[in-house]
Amino acid sequence: MAEVSAMSEPTAGALEREAERDDNRTRWLLSLPAMIIIVLAAAGPLLVMVVYSFLTPGDYGNVKWEFSTQAWVNTILQRDIFDDTLMWADAHLSIFWRSLSLSLITTVMAFAFGLPTAWFIATQPPGKREFWLFLVTVPFWSNLLVRTIAIQELIRAEGVINNLLLLLGIIDEPLQMMFTNFAIAFGMTYVYLPLMVLPIYAAVDKLDFRLVEAANDLYASRWRTFWRVILPLIKPGIIAGSILVFIPSLGAYVTPRVLGGGKNLMFGNLIELQFGQGRNWPLGAALSLMLMAAVMVSLIWYVRVTSRERSNV
Amino acid sequence: MESYSETAVEARRISKIFPGETEVRALDDVSVSIHRNEFFTLLGPSGCGKTTLLRVIAGFEPPTMGALFLAGTDISRLPPNQRPVNTVFQNYALFPHMSVANNIAFGLEMLGKPKDEVRKTVDDMLRLVRMEALSARRTSEISGGQQQRVALARALAPHPEVLLLDEPLSALDLKLRKEMQIELKRLQNETGITFIFVTHDQEEALTMSDRVAVMNAGKILQIGSPQEIYQRPAERFVANFIGESNFLDATLSGHTATLKAGGAHEVDPPEGVSDGTVSVLVRPEHASVRVGEPKTNEMAATVETVVYSGEATTLHLRLGTGEALKARLPNSPGGGALPGQGTAASVSIAPGAVTVLKD
Ligand SMILES: Nc1ncnc2c1ncn2[C@@H]1O[C@H](COP(=O)(O)OP(=O)(O)OP(=O)(O)O)[C@@H](O)[C@H]1O
Ligand SMILES: [Mg+2]
Repeated sequence: MAEVSAMSEPTAGALEREAERDDNRTRWLLSLPAMIIIVLAAAGPLLVMVVYSFLTPGDYGNVKWEFSTQAWVNTILQRDIFDDTLMWADAHLSIFWRSLSLSLITTVMAFAFGLPTAWFIATQPPGKREFWLFLVTVPFWSNLLVRTIAIQELIRAEGVINNLLLLLGIIDEPLQMMFTNFAIAFGMTYVYLPLMVLPIYAAVDKLDFRLVEAANDLYASRWRTFWRVILPLIKPGIIAGSILVFIPSLGAYVTPRVLGGGKNLMFGNLIELQFGQGRNWPLGAALSLMLMAAVMVSLIWYVRVTSRERSNV
Repeated sequence: MESYSETAVEARRISKIFPGETEVRALDDVSVSIHRNEFFTLLGPSGCGKTTLLRVIAGFEPPTMGALFLAGTDISRLPPNQRPVNTVFQNYALFPHMSVANNIAFGLEMLGKPKDEVRKTVDDMLRLVRMEALSARRTSEISGGQQQRVALARALAPHPEVLLLDEPLSALDLKLRKEMQIELKRLQNETGITFIFVTHDQEEALTMSDRVAVMNAGKILQIGSPQEIYQRPAERFVANFIGESNFLDATLSGHTATLKAGGAHEVDPPEGVSDGTVSVLVRPEHASVRVGEPKTNEMAATVETVVYSGEATTLHLRLGTGEALKARLPNSPGGGALPGQGTAASVSIAPGAVTVLKD
């Protein structure tokens, strides 16, 4: 370096370029740990999944290193045992459908309970909000399985709800709630509710209540104020909450397993089955990637919607 | 007394107490009646309860005591959306997710007006506040002065009986402020709506209002025309808050006040002031000063400071009693002879310029 500069006096431009190059080098070095984590923790496993989904299942699990697209075909199609014709894989399709519909129902229910909860917290005096937020997040601190079993205690035949209803004489015999789609949606709503409450809370907290007064002043009833002013302004929070509930619901595994019994499988259970009893790792990998694609699509939609919102407001 | 048909808003003995660790009495037994088509101003220092009174009238705060009447009807328990009263909020409170035109249309839509009527009124309003060109803009994409005009148009569009304006000009620079003052006055004349205007700028209050109510600590101290408020303030606080004042000690006997510093003046004392020692007000522009020995009804003084301010010169004088007095003298074209600093002078007070104060 010293030699070079002695031979030809560097111009200001060259110095600048050199500084920039140094700058780039440090920046690259600083981001190296993050890069390693991203590659090892995200890209690596993903690549393994992609590769596995194009291999042949091993006899006792694992994979054989023979290229095959069979796993991908089998995600939605199946070969008839007798005449070898391809048909829709009804079992898979009904599981996809159940996953989708239960996730949507969960999201809607989480919204129905989450909005009033978030509203209630955000309208408490500032000192008391932390307490309520804390209560909302408490379930997150315990194991998912424990929480799900608690739900089971509530809804099983001799559970709290049935006993209460029997005691009050509202029903004559216990309601069958366990191992139904209702049980799964109920459990997932409970488990993912905080993910709906927190972003809506943040949005309501930011809401300028003077706008609500302005709407009232301009002859809007409570209901119309809600639809015309409040809802549009907290929409980003609602969308964020919905995404945060919908995505894990779609891939939920523990809750449908415990509350749905063996009958009402969801996407997550189907994947688990392939890696366990099914001994079909390539199919499991292909199904996982499908699920991921579904999540990506809804995320892209979210980013689109919110960025349009932002450029509007 | 005016009949009901002439009264737009009447507050009867309204008190508003905000409970809490330290209870706040934001309004303390306020009674006022505001005429139709009047430009009525609430004037007072920060925290005196101006906004609270507006919020009681708009319906955002239920009064703790007392009743509120609109055109003779008790509306104390009516929610804000059922009162024919609109507000221009201090911070404008425009809906950020709507265009300028949609903001203005909001009240009309909520009243269920037909679409073409809404469109026509919105167009009229846009023209009135000169915002036609920006009707499709988001309210976050216009300047402060423009936002203020949109807030005004939005509140005027439903043609309320009463328009409440909470310091709507406080965020504007001086030039825009002056323009908007004239514009507001024009709008009030054109629409015939009762304006209740809040400000803590005394000049703004005096130039724009038909009547002014001066408030302090939750109470209305005096209600009157700008002239009355300025020339015959009832209390020291009012005199002090509006314009510049000299307070002098005097002895009252019937309709004559004899100043301690010298001179007897005919006065019209307010009710409830009895003979004896009183405080009187003399506005600086009502005192005149000349060089020389004092004659009858004049006071001897020493000039302490001379302050030149363009159209006038203010002399800071020390009277024989040790009291301070400011005299504001208009500057004559030739730059007439004024007593210089340190000279002895005589001060005379214009007839009728001595006002006895209640306290
Ligand atoms: N919601 C409230 N809770 C408790 N105290 C309040 C509340 N609103 C107003 N106050 C108190 O009531 C008093 C009057 O307030 P107000 O807002 O009416 O004053 P203001 O005259 O409008 O003042 P400014 O010129 O600063 O706007 C103040 O002491 C204020 O602190
Ligand atoms: Mg105020």
